[in-house]
Parts: sequence; structure tokens; C-alpha cells
Amino acid sequence: MSKVRVLVGTRKGAFVLTSDGKREQWDVGGPHFAGWEIYHLKGSPADPNRLYASQSSGWFGQLIQRSNDGGKTWEPVGNKFAYDGVPGTHQWYDGTPHPWEFKRVWHLEPSLTDPDTVLAGVEDAALFRSSDGGQTWAELSGLRGHGSGPKWQPGAGGMCLHTIILDPRDPNRIFIAISAAGAFRTDDAGKTWKPINRGLYSQTIPDPRAEVGHCVHHVAMHPARPEVLFMQKHWDVMRSDDAGESWQEVSGNLPTDFGFVIDVHAHEPETIYVVPIKSDSEHFVPDGKLRVFRSRTGGNEWEALTKGLPQTNCYVNVLRDAMAVDSLDKCGVYFGTSGGQVYASADAGDSWNPIVRDLPAVLSVEVQTLA
Amino acid sequence: MIRIILPQHLRTLAQVRGEVTLEVNGPATQRSVLDALEARYPMLRGTIRDQVTQQRRAFLRFFACEQDLSHELPDAPLPDAVASGKEPFIIIGAIAGG
Repeated sequence: MSKVRVLVGTRKGAFVLTSDGKREQWDVGGPHFAGWEIYHLKGSPADPNRLYASQSSGWFGQLIQRSNDGGKTWEPVGNKFAYDGVPGTHQWYDGTPHPWEFKRVWHLEPSLTDPDTVLAGVEDAALFRSSDGGQTWAELSGLRGHGSGPKWQPGAGGMCLHTIILDPRDPNRIFIAISAAGAFRTDDAGKTWKPINRGLYSQTIPDPRAEVGHCVHHVAMHPARPEVLFMQKHWDVMRSDDAGESWQEVSGNLPTDFGFVIDVHAHEPETIYVVPIKSDSEHFVPDGKLRVFRSRTGGNEWEALTKGLPQTNCYVNVLRDAMAVDSLDKCGVYFGTSGGQVYASADAGDSWNPIVRDLPAVLSVEVQTLA
Repeated sequence: MIRIILPQHLRTLAQVRGEVTLEVNGPATQRSVLDALEARYPMLRGTIRDQVTQQRRAFLRFFACEQDLSHELPDAPLPDAVASGKEPFIIIGAIAGG
């Protein structure tokens, strides 16, 4: 029988939640790395027992942990993230040049085919790759070296490269997103990159249609249709049908189009999920109601999913990497909140139950569907 | 023999209890002590000093003999009492809380 493993990164450690395919009874493992911030952990599609975790702390910096047994035991691996060459400068909050400084790893994206190859998206924004299981890291500096680099600037959460999407049909194509620079694509395995932000409109930058400078919060893709991308921007939910060459707004009837997460149903490429957040000055759900919104039409037409979710006095946030889907039938959908709840739906969002209610604030949620 | 007291999170990471004791070749300085510590416990690399700049992490301090040695030069000799093992070299994290 199938199993599901949910990997949860929190402000104070990592947790591994497991269940059988019914997804009714859950075992909660952890905390691993107690007291440390776990921005992200993710399993290798090529070897589900190989996991990588980003462990960091304001006191002790960045560590990378690796597991070969599905998260039961871990070992620290390489944590030297040195920018290639002279790092140069990007824009600081006040518009002055500021040197690139490594702060932490926001996202780890294991290769689709090789358990020892993994990409790391870091703050200050850059992309690193390891091909030895995380022991050593080298920057794919063509991204940071893109001519627009000196114009990039941090969002309030830092200048982070938070989204990495691998194209399952083309190993040379990678999509990434940076707050607040925008989305970029490479078609040559990371040597060169182009901004893919045409159609984005951001009123918080001097030129709302600028090539770079957009605060992209997250991007999602269905593996069967890698040319179709869905984006939750700071404000606005967007879609692209041409691998990011152009974007159209699909916020439609959402109560607010500010938010962080966005994800795609495992079997229905036009079914997408977001969690609207009230605004960028009030980072919690609107009206005290925790609602996931689902569109079965690839955007524009949205329905609120509320069964099993609190509909009074709820003021949590759901951060950009804190939603994921499993590949069972029916598709499972999972998300974690700033209040420490991890919710699961075993019926594609029709109904929800908390797996666990009282974890530290959740930073990331990933799901592995195991044979 | 040099005695080192690590903060709790680094003791957990290095899987040690209590003090760490090390032999240091040559003069005992911050750099030689931390080099020896990281050679014995590679998982501590980058947690006390930045791996690229070798700068002490901002929220950590180095204390010994009731002195704050954090701003001493990395190659300055440590006090004789530390070099002889009479007193520990303390790596301490800034306190945090409400």
C-alpha cells in the first residue's frame, strides 16, 4: 500500500509526518535539529530515502543536512557557499549599491534523476549546485551575472532565491524566482539566464512593467505541462502558457490576490490552489477565515474550500514553500501555517483535517508519495 | 592542552558532552585553536567563523579568564592560563529571549 511522507520545516526544527495511503492516521516524527530554523527540506525523486535539509541560525549560520533513510537519521554535509569571483553589488533597500552577502539557503531542489545532485537557492540571491550529495557547492554564476544583477533588490524578507523548478522534459531548462527581482529561465543548464517577467505589473516599483524588480512569491508547474506556469506574485495570481515568455493575470474572483503559496493538482493540470492573504501590511488570512481557494479552470474562477478549516478568529499566514501535493488518487493537498498547524486534504481540497496543530511556525511543507 | 566550552547547539552538532580538549601545534591563538577545533569536528566549520571571510559570527563571543577576547586579533596569543589548560576558552552565543 502507498505511503505518504510530509516533510515540514519550522522556525524551531524539522518534522517528518507519515501515514498510509488513507491519510487518516499520522505519525509525527521530530523535532530534528531542535531550535534551528529549517527553511526547507526535500526528498530526491530518484531515491526517496535521500533527503536534504537547510538548517540555519542567526548565531551559527548555515548547515546542510542529508539523510539516507527517509529522515530517521541525518548527517551534516558541506556548507561552504562562496560566490563565484568578485560578488559585486545589488540594490539595498534605500537604492544604494550593497555587496552580495551569503545569508542562508531558502530552497533545496534535488535532481529528478540523480540523488547526489541538488540545487540550492540562497539569500543574497544566487543558485548553487552540488553533484556530490551536498559535500561541495559551486555557484551557477550566470544567473547572478545576468546584466540586471545590480538592479536586484531585497523584499522585506531578504533578497532570496526561493523557487527552483526543473523541467522534466528538458534537463537544460530550469525556472527560478527571486524576491524582489522576478522570475528567470535558463535553457542551457544554468550557463545563461533570461528574465521572464513580461506581463507582470507591480505598482511598488518605479516602472510597473520593468524587466526585473517584481516581487514574485512562488511559481508552480504541472510536470505533464512544463510550458504552463502559475505564479503567486506579491499581489496578483498569474499564469503563463509559453514557459514564462508572457504572463496573464488570473486572480478573477479571489477575495484578495495577495498571498504566498500556489500549487497544482497532481492529476489535473488546470486545477490550482492558493491561500489568499489579506494584504502586504496585514499578513494573515482575511476575515478571520482560513480558506484555500481552488480553480478548476486554470485561474479566474475560484471556489473557497472551507470544510474542516477554521472560519472564525483565525489570523495565520501560509508562507511560500508551505504547500504541496501528493500523487495519490484522490490527490492529497497539504499546507502549514504560521500558527504551527499542518492541514491535509485527502480529497483534493474538498475537506481538511489538521495532521498536527501545535508545531512551531511552519516555513515549508513538502510531500513524498512512497510506493 | 586547550579546553574549549561550546554553546549547547554546537555541542549537539558535534555530538560532544561537556568541554572539548584539544592539542594545538605552536602558539595558542584564536586562529590555531579554531583551526584545531574544526579539524577535529568538521561539522563545526562555518558555525563559529564565516567560511569565506573567516570573521567571527556576529552573535558569538570569545571569553576566557574573565575577559572578552572577541576583538583580539586572530593571531594574538591567548592568555597563558588558556594555553596551559588551566582556564577554558569559552565560545558563547548572545542570549535571546523575552
